Amino acid sequence: MAGTVRLRVSPTKAPQAVRDPAWVRVLLIAITLLFLGLFLLLPLVSVFYEALRGGVRLYFASLINADAMTAVRLTLLTAGIAVPCNLVFGLAAAWALAKFEFRGKGTLITLIDLPFAVSPVVSGLVFVLLFGAGGWFGPWLTANNLHIIFAVPGVVLATMFVTFPFVARELIPLMQEQGSEEEQAALVLGAGGWKTFWHVTLPNIKWALLYGVILCNARAMGEFGAVSVVSGHIRGRTNTMPLHVEILYNEYNFQAAFAVASLLALLALVTLAAKTLVEWRVRANMGQDESAETPTPPGGGMTL
Amino acid sequence: MSIEVRNISKTFSGFAALTDVSLVVPDGELVALLGPSGSGKTTLLRIIAGLEEPDPGPDGRILFNDEDVAGRGVGQRQVGFVFQHYALFRHMSVFENIAFGLRVRPRGSRPSKAAIDAKVRELLQLIQLDNVGNRFPSQLSGGQRQRVALARALAIEPRVLLLDEPFGALDARVRQDLRQWLRRLHDEIHVTSVFVTHDQEEALEVADRVVVMNEGRIEQNGTPEEVFHHPATEFVMQFLGHVNLFRGRIEADHAVFGPWALQNTDPAKDGQEARMFVRPYDLDINTTEDGRPAVTATVTRIQAAGPTAKFELLDENSQPIRVEMPHDRFRAMNVAKGDRVFVSLKDARVYVEDYVI
Repeated sequence: MAGTVRLRVSPTKAPQAVRDPAWVRVLLIAITLLFLGLFLLLPLVSVFYEALRGGVRLYFASLINADAMTAVRLTLLTAGIAVPCNLVFGLAAAWALAKFEFRGKGTLITLIDLPFAVSPVVSGLVFVLLFGAGGWFGPWLTANNLHIIFAVPGVVLATMFVTFPFVARELIPLMQEQGSEEEQAALVLGAGGWKTFWHVTLPNIKWALLYGVILCNARAMGEFGAVSVVSGHIRGRTNTMPLHVEILYNEYNFQAAFAVASLLALLALVTLAAKTLVEWRVRANMGQDESAETPTPPGGGMTL
Repeated sequence: MSIEVRNISKTFSGFAALTDVSLVVPDGELVALLGPSGSGKTTLLRIIAGLEEPDPGPDGRILFNDEDVAGRGVGQRQVGFVFQHYALFRHMSVFENIAFGLRVRPRGSRPSKAAIDAKVRELLQLIQLDNVGNRFPSQLSGGQRQRVALARALAIEPRVLLLDEPFGALDARVRQDLRQWLRRLHDEIHVTSVFVTHDQEEALEVADRVVVMNEGRIEQNGTPEEVFHHPATEFVMQFLGHVNLFRGRIEADHAVFGPWALQNTDPAKDGQEARMFVRPYDLDINTTEDGRPAVTATVTRIQAAGPTAKFELLDENSQPIRVEMPHDRFRAMNVAKGDRVFVSLKDARVYVEDYVI
């Protein structure tokens, strides 16, 4: 009985007649919680448990280790290049797709999704095929003493490829929905292209943009497959954090592996928190937008 | 500032939105572009504003006070444009929205902060929304938003004011109020204005001149009285309110439609088909024959709610006829559904087919 009472105050708007019976609701909630606990919470806890099992001192020692530090630095560098590039690309692509009509628009939208559709390993192999020693540009690169594959540029390139849809995917539906009337109004009022972008377009998309950047960053730092193929796993030189975790693990250095992994897990938690915050802001803004005309149910119509 | 459009055409991927349109809007007038959707009225407005490029042509011109503005970008034409869905900047307050056009001016020609503040306050007063400056567009009603959009357009002291279906998104009551307000506002500030509408009542009530458009061409350009009482074409006649259509032909010097014969001024067209359009209030109903030529018909429906009593009739050939009459006359006549009545003619317009059958 207690369960029924608690469920009745849940914020569901469905009238009594179309609600599922109490036992169905309890069962569904129980299954969901069990799955969340087993497959999400337990692994997360175990990462930190394993990382700290040898004590805090050993934990920090594994992190301050030179190779680990290099991996952290390389990961930050990679994200530091890939995220801004994809921010600019995502904005440009979303702008082009949302505000202009042109031939091949559908194809371009599909192409943007390509990195999501293709296995990361294949993405990495593409770059090996292009820039590797036996690849198309390989001989020319070797002749000019340029290193891409098994070097930092390869890692950055692969990461950029894998993460480029994130910002664009967030912006396209929003910008399509907003249309270009506000931009037209700004132009008529005498604002130039840059002022229109800065004062009208950007403020309207800032939350979606931030959301895309957060997701893009999380993936850039966590990418394994594509980076694994192009990096060559050179310890202290081309290992990013995920690759470093794998190496340590394969060497049975579990404690150190989990210590580095805990950093990635922390990143995930920070990302989640930031994502929630942004979603909350977007919802607040949307609520404000809608309130005057059409009241939408909470959470209804959210695309994020 | 007068506006002149000369020989402008516009094609959208094969579809001709405008075909060789020419139009003069005299200085200080309020002109309505009236037409059904797809008639090209919004395209014409956007071309005047510079939001749309006309098809390149040797004779195509857009002149503001005899000065060609075709080469000028949308930002340099100094027009005020009001969008159907307001297009207010949603993240800016009402105050910031109105100030936008002044604040984005290059440093040299930008008014001082105090001057901008004063201007915005003056405009807020003009639109009777003095105390909503700090609110955001989402916190305003539709009518308030449209007034803010108008103030924003007026802030840059436009040479011409262009309004695209300004009341299209509002409900009937607010629409009514706002269009009377727009008329009064125009009498106050006298800026040359063009507004687009598909609502004939709105056009006739508000505008100094009405330009009726259809399929990318101008059908008629005249005062509201002219287009209403002397429609130049069948389209204008049909578009400006409900009409009854009767088919007949020219016989000698008369146009004959059943029992009705009208004097024909153009006897050269003897034998040709003719069409007669009659407004519902230009027909009369009698329960008995009074000697006037009349069509007999049966009453199928009476709708007496509203400013006039409306009748739906079927004549002997099962053609529907609509008649309207004042309530006092309707009450005096005592007619009911199913009754046989005699329909006589008070006024009509006859159009002779242009082609020979």
